[in-house]
Amino acid sequence: MIPISYSFRNLWTRRFTTFMTAGGMALVVFVFAAVLMLAEGLRKTLVETGSPDNVIVIRGSAGSEVQSGVERLQAAIVESQPEIALGANAQPLLAKELVVLYSLNKRGSDKPANVVIRGIGTQSLALRPQVRLVQGRMPSPGSSEIIAGSSIARRFKGGGIGETLRFGMRNWTVVGIFDGGSTGFDSEIWGDVDQLMQAFRRPVYSSVIFRLRDTALFHRFKNRIESDPRLNLDARPETKYYSDQSEAMATFLRILGLALTVIFSLGAMIGATITMYAAVANRVGEIGTLRAIGFQRRSILGAFLLEALFLGLLGGVVGLFLASFMQLLTISTMNWQTFSELAFSFTLTPGIALKSLLFSVVMGFIGGVIPAFRAARMNIVEALRES
Amino acid sequence: MTTDTPETTASPIVRLRSVSKSYRRGGQIVPVLEEITFDIAQGEFLALMGPSGSGKSTLLNLIAGIDKVDSGAIFVGGVEITALSESELAIWRGLNVGFIFQFYNLIPVLTAFENVELPLLLTPLNRRERREHVEMALRVVGLADRMDHRPGQLSGGQQQRVAIARAVVTDPTLLVADEPTGDLDRRSAEEILHLLERLNRESGKSVIMVTHDPRAAEQARTVRHLEKGFLADAAS
Repeated sequence: MIPISYSFRNLWTRRFTTFMTAGGMALVVFVFAAVLMLAEGLRKTLVETGSPDNVIVIRGSAGSEVQSGVERLQAAIVESQPEIALGANAQPLLAKELVVLYSLNKRGSDKPANVVIRGIGTQSLALRPQVRLVQGRMPSPGSSEIIAGSSIARRFKGGGIGETLRFGMRNWTVVGIFDGGSTGFDSEIWGDVDQLMQAFRRPVYSSVIFRLRDTALFHRFKNRIESDPRLNLDARPETKYYSDQSEAMATFLRILGLALTVIFSLGAMIGATITMYAAVANRVGEIGTLRAIGFQRRSILGAFLLEALFLGLLGGVVGLFLASFMQLLTISTMNWQTFSELAFSFTLTPGIALKSLLFSVVMGFIGGVIPAFRAARMNIVEALRES
Repeated sequence: MTTDTPETTASPIVRLRSVSKSYRRGGQIVPVLEEITFDIAQGEFLALMGPSGSGKSTLLNLIAGIDKVDSGAIFVGGVEITALSESELAIWRGLNVGFIFQFYNLIPVLTAFENVELPLLLTPLNRRERREHVEMALRVVGLADRMDHRPGQLSGGQQQRVAIARAVVTDPTLLVADEPTGDLDRRSAEEILHLLERLNRESGKSVIMVTHDPRAAEQARTVRHLEKGFLADAAS
């Protein structure tokens, strides 16, 4: 075979063209990777909000906690089910929670945005191992004290520790900051559920969350709950609940992003084709020589394809490198399922990196395949005449 | 139609039988070679001369297996190369023919060493064996000290010597040279011709050289003239 260094060095010899072409591909790969990272960031934020052995119970046909209502009697029936795990002092690991949307003003811009205010029970924190109190303390039961997610503390007026927020015709003091570990909880405010139900004049809970003794028991629980005529409730594993929530948005992002990428990539592939055509045209004599001294058509094809693949890969690596800096960015968007603010970041996974590099190599391949075939099919005598 | 030179009475290395070749130019068929039949003896140093368009390069290309005949047959070293497939022909060329071109045709991005090594990449030799062969070939052409230079860093005469090293590195039986001195100054041209003559005399390589230059042809043992697609009478 023609040595790999031949393809490499030819790219280096015309490095200006190489970098311009790879630069075009890098931009496309950047967009491609950024979109996937965005969808992944959103998915990760929402899905990691749930724990695999937690079950969330909401009103049947309610899409989310915000639309749901679980009456006190219904909640009590759920609480008495045998599948629920027991906590430290033989208390069921279960929390009856309230979710309310409230509009708060952002720091700096003073613009209002919806946040989730969650009424929590004594087990709420224990049910969510990914949530840690990082500053201050938990609110005392029966008081107008709240704790704020770190994203809320950072981005909303009055959300910092020691500050006060006004809602539900009361002032609430932030006594602690919790870190939701880049989950959706990071964009929530938590307070005592009974106090919040009174303040917001809500007679019902929004959801009941509990830990299963054993994840295998889920279906038994679900069947019993959903066939009980007193209850009109829907039980879902928490992870599924949150991934359902992210689905619409992630799909939207993915489709929009991929459509953009496809259009851009056409341009980049045409660029690669032109570059490779020029590479072939400049080296007609070399191709004739290589063929004359005994290299097969497929060796020529291979050498030029390899060159195009390198070109694509270079674009991919540069694009991915640039895209990796997007991880430093946090963006917030409306969570269309709950109509609340959701902060998340671009997340680069090995899978996305692999897909991006593969995508760039495919672009290089498609761009290079026609010129490479042209090179391989060249007539030796005519090619030699051009040298 | 063999030549009458006494040294070349050995069995012929090249046999052409009724070889015809024409080109299509603007819808018209232009005959280049017509019914050529002749032999080239083993160990010959043949110069093909003739005016432009006489078909001498075409004849060389056909013997070297980079062009296809319209009709007739060519045997080289007992192999009927006109019956080989495209891919078989490529393998055959790699083993049996060394090419020397007017403009050297070295690969600019590869060093002298790598250029000479290229034909060996088609052989089963390992890296160490290839290195030995390349160094030997470069020593023969007197450029062992320029191995790591790129073609652009060498003079025309040196580049042509690298090309000759590339042509002989696989130890082919046949060397074909198309105007090997056409781009060189007088002194370099003489060096190259002397080198070809030495390879012919000392290593017994058969050399077929197309040239315009009567002084180049003088170095050859036999000179044949082509006129409008026909072989004119031999003159040595």
